[in-house]
Amino acid sequence: MEATLFYILAAVLLIGILLAITARQAVRSIVYLVTSFFALALMFYLLGAPLIAAFEVIIYAGAIMVLFLFVIMMLELESPEKLAKPHFKNWLPALLLAGAVVGALVVLLCSRLQAVPPGFTEIPVRQFAFALFKQYGVAVEVVSMQLLFALVGALYLGRRR
Amino acid sequence: MSVPLSHVLIVASLMFAMGLGCVVAWRANVIMMLIGIEIMLNAVMLTFVGGSAHWGIADGQLFALMLMALTSAEVSLALAMVVYLHRRKQTVNTDNFDSMKG
Repeated sequence: MEATLFYILAAVLLIGILLAITARQAVRSIVYLVTSFFALALMFYLLGAPLIAAFEVIIYAGAIMVLFLFVIMMLELESPEKLAKPHFKNWLPALLLAGAVVGALVVLLCSRLQAVPPGFTEIPVRQFAFALFKQYGVAVEVVSMQLLFALVGALYLGRRR
Repeated sequence: MSVPLSHVLIVASLMFAMGLGCVVAWRANVIMMLIGIEIMLNAVMLTFVGGSAHWGIADGQLFALMLMALTSAEVSLALAMVVYLHRRKQTVNTDNFDSMKG
């Protein structure tokens, strides 16, 4: 049952991303991306990471994508007909690179890895929190400094002169 | 849940390949390039969470959390830069920004 749900979510995720990267307007692309990030959050939940799933919905789909939408609508970009869609010439190197990644994947799958037993263990939030604040306490401080620097940088770039 | 780890890795690598294709194909539009970077970072997060669930250690989920903080910082700076560039030349086409100041 859960495995079936996982494959359905994977299909929704990949189709959503495919539609997002081929959309003609940036706003549509953002909306497709929000859909696929909801599917990704459910996949995180199935993989035993409820906290990361909640953060994915709150921070990614809720904050970052809304920030994108805000900037796109604030900029008043030129009408979508004039927004150049990439030609086949531009898609060619992209297809080449993506094909290289997929080809490496196929070669890896054909070379018969040793069978890993399926099954995932769920990590309780208590263990996650202990690891975060005891083992990686310094990393939390570094991340907070990084967010502060990003705030100062964004204020500097966005000021009117 | 009885899904092998390799299937999670397949989904993540397909997602990464699509994000890479988005960055390369839309290299004339800054906003679509940023969207491609988001897709690639989410593929990496899926890999981390899958590995964390497979080996039963919380470190992968921690790195996913760090990646989320990194991404929010990166997106706020990059979008501020997009606003700045649009204020200078009224466009987000990268081909128009081909000169350095001074």
